[in-house]
Amino acid sequence: MAETYDVSDDLLTYTFHLREDAVWSNGDPVTAGDFEYAWKWVLNPDNADTDYAYQMYVIKGAQAAKEEGGSIDEVGVKAIDEKTLEVVLAQPTPYFLDLTAFYTYYPVNQKVVEGADDWALNVTDTYVTNGPFLIESWKHKDQIVLKKNADYWDADTVKLETINMYMIDDENTSLEMFNNGELDWAGDPTDSLPLSAIPSLKADGSLNISPKAGVYYYAFNTEKEPFNNVNIRKAFALAINREGIIQSITQREEIPAMALVPTSIWEENAEGYFKDNDLETAKEYLATGLEELGLEKLPAISLSYNTAEAHAAIAQAVQDMWRQNLGVEVTLSNEEWNVYLDSMGSGNFQVGRMGWIADFNDAINFIELFQSVGGNNYTNWESEEYSKLIEQSRTETDPDARKGILRQAEAIFMEDMPIAPIYFYSNAWLSKDYVKDLEVSPLGELQFKWVYLAE
Amino acid sequence: MIKYLLKRIGYIILSLFLIITVTFILMKAAPGGPFASERASTPAIEAQMNEAYGFNDPIHEQYFSYLINAFTFDFGPSFKYVGQEVTEIIGRSFPYSLILGLEAIFIAISIGVLLGVIAAVKHNKFGDYLAMVIAVLGISVPSFIMAAILQYIFAIYLQVLPIARFESFAHTILPAAALATTPLAFIARLMRSSMLDVLNRDYIKTAKSKGLSERVVTYKHALRNAILPVVSYLGPLVVSILTGSFIIEKIFGIPGLGSEFVVSVTNRDYTVIMGTTVFFSVLLLVSILIVDLIYGLIDPRINVTSKEGNK
Repeated sequence: MAETYDVSDDLLTYTFHLREDAVWSNGDPVTAGDFEYAWKWVLNPDNADTDYAYQMYVIKGAQAAKEEGGSIDEVGVKAIDEKTLEVVLAQPTPYFLDLTAFYTYYPVNQKVVEGADDWALNVTDTYVTNGPFLIESWKHKDQIVLKKNADYWDADTVKLETINMYMIDDENTSLEMFNNGELDWAGDPTDSLPLSAIPSLKADGSLNISPKAGVYYYAFNTEKEPFNNVNIRKAFALAINREGIIQSITQREEIPAMALVPTSIWEENAEGYFKDNDLETAKEYLATGLEELGLEKLPAISLSYNTAEAHAAIAQAVQDMWRQNLGVEVTLSNEEWNVYLDSMGSGNFQVGRMGWIADFNDAINFIELFQSVGGNNYTNWESEEYSKLIEQSRTETDPDARKGILRQAEAIFMEDMPIAPIYFYSNAWLSKDYVKDLEVSPLGELQFKWVYLAE
Repeated sequence: MIKYLLKRIGYIILSLFLIITVTFILMKAAPGGPFASERASTPAIEAQMNEAYGFNDPIHEQYFSYLINAFTFDFGPSFKYVGQEVTEIIGRSFPYSLILGLEAIFIAISIGVLLGVIAAVKHNKFGDYLAMVIAVLGISVPSFIMAAILQYIFAIYLQVLPIARFESFAHTILPAAALATTPLAFIARLMRSSMLDVLNRDYIKTAKSKGLSERVVTYKHALRNAILPVVSYLGPLVVSILTGSFIIEKIFGIPGLGSEFVVSVTNRDYTVIMGTTVFFSVLLLVSILIVDLIYGLIDPRINVTSKEGNK
């Protein structure tokens, strides 16, 4: 939407200049005021359904307005004129531009939305948008139809006329529909392919794979014995054969994870901080750890995961690896998702499966997960030094220096090993040969703007 | 008769009350809540959401508000689908389940009764064995396997019917057939045994000796009596078809009520759980009542208003 933007030298003030020809689908121009209205709407504590509001907390006064009774007028976003938006941040945030691509930051048409809370619940005249496509119809739980937006500022680029999206619960069914020519696309990121179909799809060469900015990991509860001991944690992390899991279970060419930040963000993490399946070293760590804990032998431990075919298969494989490599009895505990989150949150686990997919393309996404206990950090692990480095990185304006600081933080994290990373996710999908220029981003987004069908 | 009806309706209200209470207790006892997610938001934001949806009220207040909601059929908004009323969700998804269910019941009864009658008339002959092999297969093959087999044969191999979704009549055939398999087989077996029983009765022999044709005897005299067990099975049949449609709806990508019913529980979408449970309960209790009334119509020996056991 913005044609250009200026950043002040202290990186605190962003001024966006919106393009003149940007219009809403009802003909109104897209104004800076629409952005201001939308952002302040999110940060207004009266609007409760805003679980993603914290994505805006880098803006000055945002957190105060949402949580601490601060005035909404103090929030650092202001429309200077019709087409100029000024944003003041709480601290220099090098990834702010990445953040603005996140959907909490999208504008809404103030004229339409104000006073009409239900404007976007169903497709009616008030469903006003400004993207390359318009929503034509939406049958809940059934089908969405998108049509090309003729008034889009870059409409000449858009080639697709209609996109039909079907909501199908069952992975096997959508695969069959794809095979039968009823679908042009199946699999990630909007759906997923059945695990059992992956090998044959790979063998016939039809499977597409791209890396995804996400990490699949096992969290250790660092408050419960024996995982309160760092050497024991390391022994368990090293005694996992990641390559084996990827080869024989998940099979989507995931990348073995021996670090926290995915390789699609930091390429050098393909190496990682330790060696995959390093049994020698794992046994050494185990011996040291047992000595430090004053134990002869490891007690039986429990490994928790939430209900899913792949999680169960991986957990069984890891159970076997730990039993063989470390001589420890592992019991598996499987819980339904809501129950699982509850037990994880209350610290009622020893080792538990988790995953994290980036919201925006920056390493901070993963690093700040573990800044403090609570929220998405189930490990009960905290480090003052780690937290300090994160705070330091927030004010660092030089990108290289900032990366250095974050790398340092990651190194501390991996040294303490509160989690055992398993793999970095990938997207796996099928598409018909005539679908061109449809790319899947590492964040798991599909961009239809440039897509065309070759006949 | 009116007294009987009033009494039955009283029982229905009592059962509903019990169902709501048990559902409420189980719902609140299950760990997790509708806002639990992999991405925990800040505690302050979560507190605002809980406040807005009334989770901070004392538990008995929440219970009474659910109870009142249930009896006025106004369950409020869903927690997961922002801005959608529970009644709206039921209204949009129930027609799919209803069409699917009616079609399945129709298939099950018509083919089931036909197979049963053939088996009984051709007792211990080829027709009997064939019908019973079909029935045993139908009972032992679960509906989701049947769904996959039907999809493979008719949609992928023969390419005559669509694989999934619910657009036209052609789309409804496979899911309805898959859903009907088990009850169809059950009805066929039920029909066969009761038909055999009836065909050996004295009055059938009398009818035959009067010189009536085999056809008239079978269809006019025997069928009416033999079908009674099937009618009494209709109540449980409606139950199993409506609640059992979840897996079929999932496989065929049908946005029906069965899947809302099950998914709402995993979502902890409290108002939708309550709404669908009450809706299904009312539906089932009423259909059982109707079956009982029909029973009395078909078999004049049964007087529904008289005391039980005095048939």
